[in-house]
Amino acid sequence: MITLDGVGVRYGAVSALAEVTDQVQAGEWLGIIGPNGAGKTTLLRSIACLVQHDGKITIGGQPTSGLRRRRLARLVAYVPQHPELPPEMTVGDYVLLGRTPHIGYLRMETDADRRICAELLDRLALSPMAGRTLATLSGGELQRIVLARVLAQQAPVLLLDEPTSALDLGRRVDALELIDELRRERSLTVLSAVHDLTLAGQFADRLMLLDEGRVAATGPPASVLRDDVLAPHFGPGVQVMTTADNTLVVMSRRR
Amino acid sequence: MNAAVPGRAATGTPATGTPATGTPASPATGTPATGTPATGTPATGTPASPATGARTASAHTHVARIRPGRPLTVAIAALVVAVAVGISVGPAGLSVPMVGEALLARLPWHPALSVPGVDVTIVWQVRLPRVILGALVGAMLAGGGAAYQGVFRNPLADPYLLGVAAGGGLGATMIIISGGSQALLPPAAFAGASAAVAVTYMLGVTGRRESTTGGATASIVLAGVAVAALLTAVQTYLQQEHTQDLQQVYSWILGSLSLASWSDVTLILPYAAVAAALLLAHRRLLDVLRVGEVEASSLGVDIARVRLTVVIAATLGTAAAVAVSGLIGFVGIIIPHTVRLMGGASYRIVLPVSMIGGAAFLVLADVAARTAQSPAEVPIGVITALAGAPFFLFVLRSRRARRDLA
Repeated sequence: MITLDGVGVRYGAVSALAEVTDQVQAGEWLGIIGPNGAGKTTLLRSIACLVQHDGKITIGGQPTSGLRRRRLARLVAYVPQHPELPPEMTVGDYVLLGRTPHIGYLRMETDADRRICAELLDRLALSPMAGRTLATLSGGELQRIVLARVLAQQAPVLLLDEPTSALDLGRRVDALELIDELRRERSLTVLSAVHDLTLAGQFADRLMLLDEGRVAATGPPASVLRDDVLAPHFGPGVQVMTTADNTLVVMSRRR
Repeated sequence: MNAAVPGRAATGTPATGTPATGTPASPATGTPATGTPATGTPATGTPASPATGARTASAHTHVARIRPGRPLTVAIAALVVAVAVGISVGPAGLSVPMVGEALLARLPWHPALSVPGVDVTIVWQVRLPRVILGALVGAMLAGGGAAYQGVFRNPLADPYLLGVAAGGGLGATMIIISGGSQALLPPAAFAGASAAVAVTYMLGVTGRRESTTGGATASIVLAGVAVAALLTAVQTYLQQEHTQDLQQVYSWILGSLSLASWSDVTLILPYAAVAAALLLAHRRLLDVLRVGEVEASSLGVDIARVRLTVVIAATLGTAAAVAVSGLIGFVGIIIPHTVRLMGGASYRIVLPVSMIGGAAFLVLADVAARTAQSPAEVPIGVITALAGAPFFLFVLRSRRARRDLA
């Protein structure tokens, strides 16, 4: 379980995040939505201790502020919106980076580390690519390779910043399905910032709507994806429709 | 479409075990249940054991170990050739067999040979220390450059980035203009070089607190530029005040191995050994840094610690090199990049191969420096730039064109 207690982040005089208090249950998928600049990325980064924050964050009862970085990396895996993908690095070596928190400071990867990565490559149907360099792969393949690296970290909590932003519409669903499968398979807690509100509603157990660094609404998708909740933050151009099979579709239309 | 969602059949697998975050320590402990196919045995409840998906991993996938094998072999061969050429070529005009005999003459159980004593002295007291010193200096400059490029994530970084050159230059200039003995030059240059880096580092690291990922890279590099500019200005001023010493200061700045002796070798050797060992020990961490400081931090790397250790190691090595050879440019940039382009970009390749390759390159450059205008010597820095820059451009163009990387 992750608890956030009055979490705030300031960049100089600008407040990027303020008084975020929440509890994320183990195994839950929390979708973080909100307009540009709402603080979605900042929230994820403060949980990963990549920015200095006020307030208190605990993971499984342990305050993150007291943890060494390597220890924290065994609890929380984080992927930025645009992960750095060194073009000449091979797929195998990239996935192996996920083992970093399990390797002593000046130690090298062991055969066990290699085996874990090889199995993940198998699991994600990436085996044929193990020896290829990242420069030779498509966006969808890269997305799965990043996931493989994150899973190699074996952390129970995944923080994914816009995991589908680089993918086409069909691949987005595929990617989120895969994340959903994996989190059920491995009982992972997932916090992800998602731009696409329709997909956020279909995959997340719960949504958190952020605006100007504050929590504007939180709850099951049906309670957040409503015209009256979204309009003050996304503007009147955003409309929620319900399809015949009760799927909530958030569309934007010309005023 | 389905290609992106492999193993769909497994969707129904119920989530096993306890909720993940309840036992945060568990994923790190124990050997993960990976070795054997975990199909039969029920999952242990450890949330992240990778085999819980009850999927028979084909176990044929291999994540290969990175080994510098071939590039390292090539570099070692180059070094052997360079050393052989280095001790065979010189104004004394000794033939290769004579050089060989002279080498053997100093070994304890050598056969009775008829080499004149002066030849033995030339080989052992003039050529050999010079070749070894050149190799050590080349290894330090190339290895330091490679490490700096990795830790500052900047392809233009060279070992002089944080002020080693300016500090060493000022130290040497002060000894020269004050008429101090030649023997004081190396320690003064070493002290100036290390002090300059220490000042740069302290100024660059302080004054930023909002980042927890150690994100002071840019400010450290900029502090290095400022410190170098300041020290160079002081040095230039001193130089202008003492124009009678200009020639000597200038020749030191251009770098030379002409005064090499065994005492220089013993002076630099401990620093070189420590620096090489420390830098090589960080080869995996420098690879992790290739994904950037934020992601490396999120993977558990203490950036500040890695950077400080690498800077200390590289500074010890290059300050010692500067102390005995003056300022030799280009080696720290062209050798590591040539290795990257020809051998591979992993630091497990770049660091060792750069050190050996840098050693070979500098030994050969020194041969050119002392033979091109014999008996006069061309400054070795002129040779490294003259020969190194076109060679590097050639490598850059041919490789880039073939691989067509973005």
